[in-house]
Amino acid sequence: MKKRIILTPYIVWCIVFIIVPMVLVLFFGLTDESGKFTTRNLCEVFLYPDVFLRSLWLGFKATAICLVVGYLSALIISRLNVKLQKILIILVMLPMWMNFLLKIYSLMFILQDNGFINGILSSFGFSKFNMMNTEGAVILGMVYNFLTYMILPIHSSLVEIDEKLLDAAKDLGANYFMTFVKVIFPLSIPGIVSGIAMVFIPSVSTFILSKMLGGRQNFLVGDIIDMHFLGGIYDPHIGSAISLVLMILLLICTGIINQLQNENKSKKGALVI
Amino acid sequence: MLNEMISLQGVSVFFDSCKVLDNFSLIIKNSEFITLLGPSGCGKTTILKIIGGFLIPDKGRVFFQNKDITHTPPYKRNVNTIFQNYALFPHMNVYENVAFGMRVRKKTEREIAIKVKKMLKMVSLEDFETRDLMSLSGGQQQRVTIARALAVDPKVLLLDEPLAALDLKLRKDMQIQLKTIQHETNITFVFVTHDQEEALSMSDRIVVLDRGKIQQIGSPIKVYNEPENAFVADFMGESNILDGVILDDFLVTFAGRKFRCLDKGFKKKEKVDIVIRPEDVKVVKPEDSDLKGVITSVVFKGVHYEMIIDVDSFKWMVQTTKFIEVGSKIGIKLFADDIHTMRKSKYSGEYGDYSTFSDEMYEAYEHNTNLKKS
Ligand SMILES: Nc1ncnc2c1ncn2[C@@H]1O[C@H](COP(=O)(O)OP(=O)(O)OP(=O)(O)O)[C@@H](O)[C@H]1O
Ligand SMILES: [Mg+2]
Repeated sequence: MKKRIILTPYIVWCIVFIIVPMVLVLFFGLTDESGKFTTRNLCEVFLYPDVFLRSLWLGFKATAICLVVGYLSALIISRLNVKLQKILIILVMLPMWMNFLLKIYSLMFILQDNGFINGILSSFGFSKFNMMNTEGAVILGMVYNFLTYMILPIHSSLVEIDEKLLDAAKDLGANYFMTFVKVIFPLSIPGIVSGIAMVFIPSVSTFILSKMLGGRQNFLVGDIIDMHFLGGIYDPHIGSAISLVLMILLLICTGIINQLQNENKSKKGALVI
Repeated sequence: MLNEMISLQGVSVFFDSCKVLDNFSLIIKNSEFITLLGPSGCGKTTILKIIGGFLIPDKGRVFFQNKDITHTPPYKRNVNTIFQNYALFPHMNVYENVAFGMRVRKKTEREIAIKVKKMLKMVSLEDFETRDLMSLSGGQQQRVTIARALAVDPKVLLLDEPLAALDLKLRKDMQIQLKTIQHETNITFVFVTHDQEEALSMSDRIVVLDRGKIQQIGSPIKVYNEPENAFVADFMGESNILDGVILDDFLVTFAGRKFRCLDKGFKKKEKVDIVIRPEDVKVVKPEDSDLKGVITSVVFKGVHYEMIIDVDSFKWMVQTTKFIEVGSKIGIKLFADDIHTMRKSKYSGEYGDYSTFSDEMYEAYEHNTNLKKS
């Protein structure tokens, strides 16, 4: 009984902010203006296959870059002494405390045709270099915004590794590279998996960022949805349908990632700490 | 010397200006079972770390078969360690753990399979290849670490309190198993423990350590029967340590009486420490001895009774197989070979008098007085 009372606020929260909106999305997505059931909206979604593909593709690229950069950073940080680690981890988290829009505006300022980089280039006599409204700019924006979410889980899984295991590996004849391949990397996979989930999903569903840095030709699913609610084409039914499809896609992705995690966990069932 | 496997020469280690090892030298012989024995914090693990290559000493040199290896990294040393906690790889099963060293050495799968089988057989874990580590008991895990270390054919095996976490029965089994493995493989074992019984029953030689200094090196029998100072005497088991004075060769006086002994070569009138093991003291009727006393406590220890006897206000610890009631008047008798003399050291007077009750003795004392009251 007590448990239920304690759970009540959570349940209310779930209903108001998760269940109801989901039902609304489902309802809008599957009905027309008169409220009659229709699959027309869902068919409409297939007018944007390129946008969906681009979202997944850019999300994938950004995640891959985050993985490489994030893993290296986490690895280097985890090898430092505790004091320095704390400072660096705070530095890694610092951008999270800054407003999302502000960060994009500053990125725009840096990348613009008469922005920071081009300013420096031209002062050295180089010609200007177009960086705005490119796929690269969008990926940069994603990496910049989500890198933290890759570094943190990987770092925490790296520092969790018992120093004694590394000694044992060295003792048995493994040099640093072999120790990394055979012990450090496999034991950091849980961190990698959650890092991927935490970067890929927000990257795929992000918006604004793509519109501001990538321009019209780099619209992502998020931007299309945005357009159908607040933008030029007002049609909440099609917007909801797109949301629905995106949700299903992400659900599948999460499922795959979870599967990886579970496989890893069942192996980790052998863990003795 | 052909017989020399590892030699530490003048090794010093400092941690934050605190000296853990000071000018420490030790020669470990080929194929021997040598035990480092000492109280917690005396530097045992530190010595193993230096031999294993995990710690570079601040001063001194380390030699492996006469080659200087002071700065050789661990993975290039033909020395393997069984760590104080098992340090098995949690993401691998038993087979993969044992195969690890061979995988690193790029052995073929066939070689690996044969070797893993052989090693697991040696530690009696034949059918455990595919088992997860989680499903193994502490003793089984410890045996996996032994198999894993032996699989790479080390010349020297360092064992850091490998049996400390096991219960008594299992520990005894593992002691025998380790000893057998050492016999079969002829590998030099450097074994660390703070359990003197374990050290006595397993070692060819024992190195008794205190505060980073060697107190005595010798065979178990020698270290037990002829301790060099009061610390060793006390650490190797219960002992009564009394102040004595040498009168002549084979003649010593303590407890206000003269005794024949087996020691010679001391100066006349030299002050010495006398060690008498509790099991060597014979309890007799008071009229049969002129060392008379009263029993102040008796504790049952399984095989024997451990009693404290007050003789002229020096408290003796004595072990007997016969129960005698607290308060009885008895006499004690000593023969020449029960009496061991040691030169005075900085440990003189610190140990071996049971009138200052240790916690354990105090509990026994309280237990007895409670019994009396009820
Ligand atoms: N990294 C370190 N920093 C500071 N002091 C250390 C460090 N490692 C060991 N010491 C100190 O060195 C001394 C010897 O430590 P060591 O681990 O060799 O003891 P030990 O004999 O193995 O003890 P135990 O039986 O408890 O394992 C201890 O006083 C310990 O506090
Ligand atoms: Mg230790």
